[in-house]
Amino acid sequence: MKILVPIKRVPDPDTKIRLQPDGAGVASDGVKFSLNPFDAIALEEALRLEEKLGEMDLVVVSVGGEETIETLRVGLAMGAKRALLIKTSADLDSLAVAKILAAVYQREQPDFVLMGKQAIDDDSNQVGQMLAALLGIGQATFVSKLELVEQHTQARCARETDAGLETLTVKLPAIITADLRLNEPRYVSLPGIMKAKKKPLEELELAALGVTAVSRTKILKYETPPQRQAGVRVKTVDELVDKLKNEAKAI
Amino acid sequence: MANILVIAEHDGGQLKLATLAAVSFARQVAADTGGTFDILVIGETVGAVAESLRPYGAANVLLADHAQLQHPVADRYARVIEAVAQSRGYGIVVGAASTFTKDILPRAAALLDAGMLSDVVGAHQEAGELIFKRVMYAGNVIATVTLAGDLKFLTIRPAAFAPAVAGSETSPVVPIPLATDQLSSFAEYGGREAKVAGRPDSTEARVVVSGGRAIKNAEDFERLIGGLADALGGAVGSSRALVDSGITPNSLQIGQTGKIVAPDLYLAVGISGAIQHLAGIKDSKVIVAINKDADAPIFEVADYGLVADVYTAVPELTAKLKP
Repeated sequence: MKILVPIKRVPDPDTKIRLQPDGAGVASDGVKFSLNPFDAIALEEALRLEEKLGEMDLVVVSVGGEETIETLRVGLAMGAKRALLIKTSADLDSLAVAKILAAVYQREQPDFVLMGKQAIDDDSNQVGQMLAALLGIGQATFVSKLELVEQHTQARCARETDAGLETLTVKLPAIITADLRLNEPRYVSLPGIMKAKKKPLEELELAALGVTAVSRTKILKYETPPQRQAGVRVKTVDELVDKLKNEAKAI
Repeated sequence: MANILVIAEHDGGQLKLATLAAVSFARQVAADTGGTFDILVIGETVGAVAESLRPYGAANVLLADHAQLQHPVADRYARVIEAVAQSRGYGIVVGAASTFTKDILPRAAALLDAGMLSDVVGAHQEAGELIFKRVMYAGNVIATVTLAGDLKFLTIRPAAFAPAVAGSETSPVVPIPLATDQLSSFAEYGGREAKVAGRPDSTEARVVVSGGRAIKNAEDFERLIGGLADALGGAVGSSRALVDSGITPNSLQIGQTGKIVAPDLYLAVGISGAIQHLAGIKDSKVIVAINKDADAPIFEVADYGLVADVYTAVPELTAKLKP
């Protein structure tokens, strides 16, 4: 079985986001980058499926510049067999990335794709769904439980929706996007890091994939939203009730 | 001129109120650009939902009603949206941000080779071009963006747009013809875990009471957070910490990757206030924080802060608020 896991390099979730002084972008100097947390959950799930079902071809793929190699190495250190970098310096939106991943999918022909439900930088939550549409295959998004059924031809998924937990059984191949509760990703071990150095990492120019990916989204300006100001401290529950009733008129 | 299609969201025949924020957005953009807007209702026996949307000024309320559309399975719904958008030529397709629209709209956008912006909080026209504002990086950045292409897909943050108010107009309800190939699917819906009845959804409630790490178990959550919410007729929510530890279900999570809420009153009980969580509550009118740790970051955004043990302060507060 072969599973493709698209991953993204994003600012570490604990990093405080700063803007460049002219508002032209997000400052990256001194910022720690990491593997998008939801993608780490997707990769962890693929690794657990491998542990359960036997050896698999687990491929991590990312789209970006040379710096993205570092993120792919994290994926390899976690346990992916090989990595693929689609090299581009362009800032691409979701549809452009989905088109690139669709071409990678056609090249790799995986049994299915596991990926994070969203990247924590742009928060778009679009690529998986777009990729499924472009490939004309099914999708299960926000998945918190995954089980392969019917001789691994279908995936039975629990999906985290606003209204509660839904069950969806989707035919494979499909795009499955990981939600928070799917699992707890493993830490990258030192032997894992050592092994990762020897694993294959292929670099492919975007043009070699035969895709012209153009971003239709153009960011003109970045701003910091107005910050809420700290209010007052109350000393007692009675004082809180009084403030809420008589000052804020919130109850 | 931009003609706009609003995707309505409903649950069990009940219109989700956030849809009215999307209608309000469409109404504003249509007025600014000299266009019109339609509202599309997809489902099974949802004629009443379509009826309820008639007084909001839409050119048409479109109704895609079929037994095969009983459950919101993404590929099916996306194909219906694709067909409607193709045959009626819209410039924008928009819905209020929710797990429903996040699942379906990107899929429909890609079918139509259209770009998409998520979590739009503002739109205006400049030199004939639509300029949008959207939030990124857990709400820490607002980007001003353009989206090229004759067709644009958007989700909007409901909190950023006041819900549309019913007028005296009555839009016609127009049934949409459905082709069999729109109704086949790669997936089979297997049901939904029954939701605990009786409390409103946190995205629609006037008051939201949320619990965080200070709550030790599910019983305490129900007693303290549920009890306070009930005293205020409000909804319950939870920080990611409680979801991670299995005390609350993910459907209660509020934050960057959970629900975005904007109630009149938000009570953060034993929540430290991680960036992730603040991203989901910053549009609340009044924020109250109760936390034992006087240095918790939640106090930096709270209008009223009480440094106290939630296990003693919350029962006292609940008792004093009970009607």
